[in-house]
Amino acid sequence: MHGPIGCASYTWDIRGSLSSGSELYRNSFSTDLKERDIIFGGEKKLAKAIDELVEKYNAKLVFVYSTCVVGVIGDDLEAVCKTAAQKHGIEVLPVQSSGFIGNKSMGYRAACDTLLRLIDPGEKKIIKENKFINYLGDFNLAGEAWIIKKYLQRIGIDVNVAFTGDSSYQKLKTAPEASLNIIQCAGSMYYLAGKMQELYNIPYMQISFLGLEDTANSLRKIAAFFEDEEIMNQAEKLIKEEVFSTKPKIDFYREKLKGKRAAVYVGGGFKAISLIKQFREIGIEVVMIGTQTGRKEEYEIINNLVEDGTVVLDDANPSELEQFMIEKGAHLLVGGVKERPLAYKLGLAFIDHNHERKHPLSGFVGAVNFAQEVYSAVCSPVWDYVHGKEGS
Amino acid sequence: MEKEIIYSRNVNENPCNMCMAMGGIIPFKGIEESMVIIHGSQGCSTYMRRHIAEHFNEPIDVGSSSLNEKGTIYGGGDNLKKAIDNIIKVYNPAIIGVLTTCLAETIGEDIDGIASEYLKEKELNNLPIITVSTPGYGNTHAEGYWAAVKRIVTNLAIKKEKGSKVNIIIPQLSPADIREIKRLLQLMEVQYTLLPDFSDTLDRPFERSYKKITKDGTKIKDIVEMPDAVATIQMGVTIEENYSPGKYLEDEFGVPLYNTPIPIGLENTDVFLSLLSQLTGKEVPEALKQERGRLLDCMIDSHKYNAQGTSAIFGEPELVFAATKMCCENGIKPAVVATGSKTAKLAELVKPLCGDASLLDEADFVSIRSISTEMKVNVAIGNSDGKYLTEKEGIPLVRFGFPIHDRIGGQRLLSVGYIGTTMFLDRVTNTLLENKYNNYRKEMYQKFYWEPKKKTLAVPGS
Repeated sequence: MHGPIGCASYTWDIRGSLSSGSELYRNSFSTDLKERDIIFGGEKKLAKAIDELVEKYNAKLVFVYSTCVVGVIGDDLEAVCKTAAQKHGIEVLPVQSSGFIGNKSMGYRAACDTLLRLIDPGEKKIIKENKFINYLGDFNLAGEAWIIKKYLQRIGIDVNVAFTGDSSYQKLKTAPEASLNIIQCAGSMYYLAGKMQELYNIPYMQISFLGLEDTANSLRKIAAFFEDEEIMNQAEKLIKEEVFSTKPKIDFYREKLKGKRAAVYVGGGFKAISLIKQFREIGIEVVMIGTQTGRKEEYEIINNLVEDGTVVLDDANPSELEQFMIEKGAHLLVGGVKERPLAYKLGLAFIDHNHERKHPLSGFVGAVNFAQEVYSAVCSPVWDYVHGKEGS
Repeated sequence: MEKEIIYSRNVNENPCNMCMAMGGIIPFKGIEESMVIIHGSQGCSTYMRRHIAEHFNEPIDVGSSSLNEKGTIYGGGDNLKKAIDNIIKVYNPAIIGVLTTCLAETIGEDIDGIASEYLKEKELNNLPIITVSTPGYGNTHAEGYWAAVKRIVTNLAIKKEKGSKVNIIIPQLSPADIREIKRLLQLMEVQYTLLPDFSDTLDRPFERSYKKITKDGTKIKDIVEMPDAVATIQMGVTIEENYSPGKYLEDEFGVPLYNTPIPIGLENTDVFLSLLSQLTGKEVPEALKQERGRLLDCMIDSHKYNAQGTSAIFGEPELVFAATKMCCENGIKPAVVATGSKTAKLAELVKPLCGDASLLDEADFVSIRSISTEMKVNVAIGNSDGKYLTEKEGIPLVRFGFPIHDRIGGQRLLSVGYIGTTMFLDRVTNTLLENKYNNYRKEMYQKFYWEPKKKTLAVPGS
């Protein structure tokens, strides 16, 4: 992170992303710019920082993130990265992520642009692999990418690499060889998928592994793409087995949760859509829904999906969230860490559907975890004391 | 002898501090009906809100002027005015803090000018807008905190007539600590103004109707009257004079300043209470003497266990000094005393207590880790980021300070006064004991029973 210390401090090891190999990503490296550097420029410091880190950790790839001040004082990240790359014989790539350039979506885009540079095969000819897919927008929170990889393996499809959960430099480089891109987190990766179609002719499809219904449908969709009878049969077999073992568990919670009302405030639009369906699976109606980066098309789907009277919000502030949660009589909120205390102060249950979760919510196993989490939160005896025994 | 530690300053690996604006938010949360706006990119306020909310488990509303590319190029005055407008509409605060960021400072925003222009345009005569310069590259959250407290005082304080109150200015403590300090003041029958008082605002009881901002916190009127006090007690032995609100009250209005350590540890608490006694002419009451006796009893009970402790203490300078003192009083040897702040004062204060400890300023966790392993540290004392030491080196962590986000109840941790020190010391001692019980069987077995396979058993050349 090329910038003052705060940017690195607030992002150090706060995600629940898991790795099967190196855990270097769990450290925070900052050039820790001080007033002097702001005046005289931070390029030299950055170059030295890269030298030190490459030597210490024997890194093959370095991403250099730009921050607000760096964007203003005009440090030439491109030049520093290029020199460092030549010096060490490795790849050093800038991410143009100065905070003032835009919101979170723009940051995703900046990172995707850097990833595109990384996977660019240049002169090398791309040899397409059959039944070989990239899984975009899964960061392997609590092993979620592993769960989905195993499902796909069982039906005869290999996941080449996930962007970027438990991925490696070498694996990412092979991304152009895939025959299909599937996208889970659209907010972060929709742009990359579009670009990869344009550049490497890789078709993409949006899938969602949240909830029984969407997980089953997504597996069917992927299987259908390959037009291979065997894969389609295997997919049906897997769905049948998994639904058989998980449905009774979900039904148990559904009985307990019937009639409860949920408020949802999440990052991406596609996730919001999935959550509406997933709540329906466990007997809960979504009465308020909002996103930070949802696209227009996604809002159309949301509007068609929800009941009349459901409040639909775009980029809401805490005060709006509060108002509608109370007005709509929500029993629980799904949101980011910042919203958790607000829910609690209003006497509502809270579901951590965010980057910090330490249990998987993807796939069939995740659907059960989700139902269990909602149940343990909404039906906690604590609320009897908060709202009085009769409930709210 | 002090160890000279030379390590790289081109890279900070795993930071031991946060930025100035983060620290600047906290004092504004301890004033009645107050709101705060960060003038900069939206990310700053989002990340800070998240960090603070996780520690206190309270909703943390912080406005943002959301500076975009256009504002960065042409100036962000309009963005900031719009943000103030919104904040007034939604919260109707009695006071607003405006904190700058790296970005606002680098593009040279005149926040004072923007704020006064705004007030003039809207004909608002009774709304104090307090601006604080908090560039992230300037210093750490600890200095940001003091900078904000000082600006609050310099903006609001007006001399009237001589009063009888004592000003109590505190560093960032837990809400539980603040409540305990208030209890001590009450037992000592002291009339006081405590600034900033976020004991209720950042640790609110559950109520039927949730209020976004409240009347709790230090009263604005009381801050205005701080120059009338008979003295200022500022728990700030480590702060530099240019950040010192107490120094300002002394220089500007002649209020005598007593810089004291945070009352953590027996001696530090004695210092605080005897100062109160001296200022008010009132005796320390029997109830507090009993608490002192109980702390002494606790220190005797655990002294042999504590003697086996070697500690690494890190965090904001003021807290680090207090915790170091408590360790020394109890025979827990501080081996690493570290802060992310750039300060010579901490080392000056700590050196006479434990001269052979490694004293680090502008520290990061990579340096803390390497010295901690070298010095065989068996207990770390500091905020949650020290979990890194536990994960990497198996050094158990006693959570203390800010932020605590991997455990519940950071806001309820009590460490000040005789009672708080007793609880804090128990937490440290029990951590040493837990470590001991977990390991001593294995250790003794390996040390005295187990023998490495004799060399003769190995086949040569294999």
